[in-house]
Amino acid sequence: MGGYAAYVWSSYGVSAGVLGLCVATTYIRLAWLKRQLRRRETELDDPK
Amino acid sequence: MTPKRKRRLLLVLSLVAGLGVAAALGLTAFRENLLYFYEPSAVVAGDVGPGTRFRIGGLVEQGSVERDNEALTVTFRLADCAASVPVSYRGILPDLFREGQGIVAYGTLDGAGLFVADEVLAKHDENYMPPEVADALAQDNGETCMPANMTQS
Amino acid sequence: MYRWFHQLGSPPYFYRLARRLEPRLAIAALLLIAWGVYGGLVKAPPDYQQGEAFRIIYVHVPSAWLSLFVYTAMAVAGAVALVWRMKLAEVFVTAAAPLGAAFTFLALVTGSIWGKPMWGTWWVWDARLTSELILLFLYLGVIALNAAIEDRRSAARACALLALVGVINVPIVHYSVEWWNTLHQGPTITRFDRPAMAPEMLWPLLWCALGFNFLFFWLQLPRMRYELLQREARSRWVARELGSE
Repeated sequence: MGGYAAYVWSSYGVSAGVLGLCVATTYIRLAWLKRQLRRRETELDDPK
Repeated sequence: MTPKRKRRLLLVLSLVAGLGVAAALGLTAFRENLLYFYEPSAVVAGDVGPGTRFRIGGLVEQGSVERDNEALTVTFRLADCAASVPVSYRGILPDLFREGQGIVAYGTLDGAGLFVADEVLAKHDENYMPPEVADALAQDNGETCMPANMTQS
Repeated sequence: MYRWFHQLGSPPYFYRLARRLEPRLAIAALLLIAWGVYGGLVKAPPDYQQGEAFRIIYVHVPSAWLSLFVYTAMAVAGAVALVWRMKLAEVFVTAAAPLGAAFTFLALVTGSIWGKPMWGTWWVWDARLTSELILLFLYLGVIALNAAIEDRRSAARACALLALVGVINVPIVHYSVEWWNTLHQGPTITRFDRPAMAPEMLWPLLWCALGFNFLFFWLQLPRMRYELLQREARSRWVARELGSE
């Protein structure tokens, strides 16, 4: 890659990092919300 | 469509149309300010005078590059199809700097018509090809005086 | 057709459809990007002028295309949301903004990494770079507006309006290199009869771009599902969906 390897790899690295973060946050957020909603559901079902 | 929706659709459409007209007017008014660089022929014609800082963009003329190794200064001529302007620059040149390459230099004109640059950026073109293809093309049609993307229509 | 449109507009139907589609979109996106990156990094020859540095194109250009595509899609969905008050269109706008911002950010950063070795600078204030930066601010504006308004429906409507107003910047970004002298080079792929790129370099770029497109829709679906769950937390279909999983 000559003298440009660092530039090429860092641009691919940044892209993989940012897109990976998008995937991770999307699914973590969704799972978190589902858990919260389920918990609320069970609390409504059998109130203490 | 219900009358209510029709009214909203009309509102949305007129909003976009109005914005488009406003943007078009604003951009034509500021056209000059949005120009990133002037071409050599515009500089030779006197569009910009000495003393003001501006950018000049053109091709490095073949055979015009002279390097002074002691002072680290480079002089070359920047040309478009019609005219050329001598440029001097002191500093590190980008990797793509070579004769025939598109360059944008930032600096001022001195009284003698020499452009003294303190920044030189390389402008590459929009063509991508393997070196062998480029060689074959260069033999075919010689060289052009200014790639299409450097000229302003 | 009209009936299908209505069905799609119903949140429970959309929720189930999205869940079915997601894995397929994910596989398509990953395969296309992997194939494109392999073609771009390994199979494509170095460029005659820029040598190996040109390989940044395979992440830079798809990100830049997507940054414009996502904003345009948001504006269209925004118009539908404002005129027809369709829930899914509202949800589309607010869900897409962070993804669009990510693509815009990537286009700017990878462009900067490309600019340093080739142009000799990380950044210049030419028309293309400046208008792309404004695009990032527009996305951030939509995200901030969405976060600032408590009520989900009014937040979505405000975002739709901002998306619609900002869409004027999309043609400016696209045509900036033709309208003004810019340091950024002109468009490479304007016509398909004579793209200014060798085919063995062009094909991986097209695969990558298509892959990024699939990636957007893949991630957009769970993001829309999230918003729907949040909005309709009290409805019966949500309880049914959560129970069945």
